[in-house]
Amino acid sequence: MTSQAIEPPTDRQERSAVLATAPAADLLRHWQALGLDPDFRFVRGPEIGLVSLRGRIGGGGAPFPFGDATATRATVRLDDGRVGHAMTLGRDSQRATIAAVVDALCQDAGERNRVHEQLIAPLQEAIRKRDDTRAAETAATRVDFFTMVRGED
Amino acid sequence: MYVAVKGGEKAIDNAHRLLADRRRGDPEISELSLDQISGQLSLAVDRVMSEGSLYDRELAALAIKQARGDLIEAIFLVRAYRTTLPRFGYSEPIDTGDMKLERRISATYKDLPGGQMLGPTFDYTHRLLDPALAGETVPDAPERRFEEAPEKPMRVSDILAGEGLIEPDGDPSGRDPADITRTPLEFPLERETRLQALSRGDEGFLLALGYSTQRGYARNHPFVGEIRIGEVEVEFEAPELGGASVLGRVQITECQMVNQFKGSAKAPPQFTRSYGLVFGQSERKAMSMALCDRALRAGELGEDRVAAAQDEEFVISHSDNVQATGFVEHLKLPHYVDFQAELELVRKMRAEHAHRAENMQEAAE
Repeated sequence: MTSQAIEPPTDRQERSAVLATAPAADLLRHWQALGLDPDFRFVRGPEIGLVSLRGRIGGGGAPFPFGDATATRATVRLDDGRVGHAMTLGRDSQRATIAAVVDALCQDAGERNRVHEQLIAPLQEAIRKRDDTRAAETAATRVDFFTMVRGED
Repeated sequence: MYVAVKGGEKAIDNAHRLLADRRRGDPEISELSLDQISGQLSLAVDRVMSEGSLYDRELAALAIKQARGDLIEAIFLVRAYRTTLPRFGYSEPIDTGDMKLERRISATYKDLPGGQMLGPTFDYTHRLLDPALAGETVPDAPERRFEEAPEKPMRVSDILAGEGLIEPDGDPSGRDPADITRTPLEFPLERETRLQALSRGDEGFLLALGYSTQRGYARNHPFVGEIRIGEVEVEFEAPELGGASVLGRVQITECQMVNQFKGSAKAPPQFTRSYGLVFGQSERKAMSMALCDRALRAGELGEDRVAAAQDEEFVISHSDNVQATGFVEHLKLPHYVDFQAELELVRKMRAEHAHRAENMQEAAE
């Protein structure tokens, strides 16, 4: 019964980035407000593990690992057979589970629109607000140099 | 020689029970929460994440609490925890050019695109103890300056690169370097592997070595080209996620050091570079790492190896404080049998000495 309109992969990536980055309290609040809480079972996880983080020499050179981060991954199957995957930094299995359920839900174009309007968009707004505030706080510490003229002429 | 000795179980149990009590301290005083440690001792948390080589604020805060604030013990706890987890894989390399900046300074250019942003720094404080902090305080809300279209901060290395004055970043394709968490160290190391070891190395050790290079032991004339602190996105590629997917953000500190020249008959002189990259807000560590990185490039840049900081095997083999503390602190564990052997030996040597002295005495008479 699900309408299987093909979704551009960038939308899926944008969605998972928002679900991984949003403040935990905002995520939970908007998820609960959405009122989509399908029955599902775990196919894999939620499982905590490590992701080895890589940087680049000088910022743009050869990659090298500089430490690990905890991460949680989950794969869920909804009762109607849709499967969703998610992986997020940290050990918050609730976040990874919500992200995997959302991933499964979004295979239906109708539910995808609802998720994007009522969950992803407000979370994106919350992230943007937080980033803007922090950027403004940092910008206020920008040094405005002025040169003092010393001596004559 | 090691032999099993029994009999300490009760004492050990009671010692650990005592430890738990002393860790808690006066029960009349409210207990520290992990949120308090993470939020108010955040730079201690950053150090434990960096040297514990595990980005997880909550675990680092727990380790600090459990270790009664002994950061090396906390780092040890975090390293031990790490080993219990499966590894999902390697992230895509982070893009520090796309950092959400909380601080960005340069000591080489006053006016540079994006400007100098001090962020939450101890620099320019007077280092006078503030009695007000002994009580409860409500700081003023931070000043905010909302900007329409802020100038994108340009890397200092890119400014210099425009004129060919500085060595480039190098080949970005990568050689799949040895990962020290998977394979034992084998000298000489690739620079990538050295940087991995330095990033988890002990801050104090790297600070002292970095300082030694400034004082003339492997002088390399460093300038802080740029320091950046802020959040970067972590991307991970997995087929089920539909390609590279953002897993979240981590806060890091990056230091780009600009050092004195290298040229040859063929190539005109240009600035050389070194690099520091660590978890959290850890500027001192990132700078020390970059100083050590530059000193350790001596061989590659055709410089004489004359100082400790240039000796890769010395630096990397001793930079890990978990290994160091393990070996130093094991000395306090029972060595009764070893010591018995030494006692026997010194008694024997003394007897021989006395015997020789006697013979000499007789010969003289």
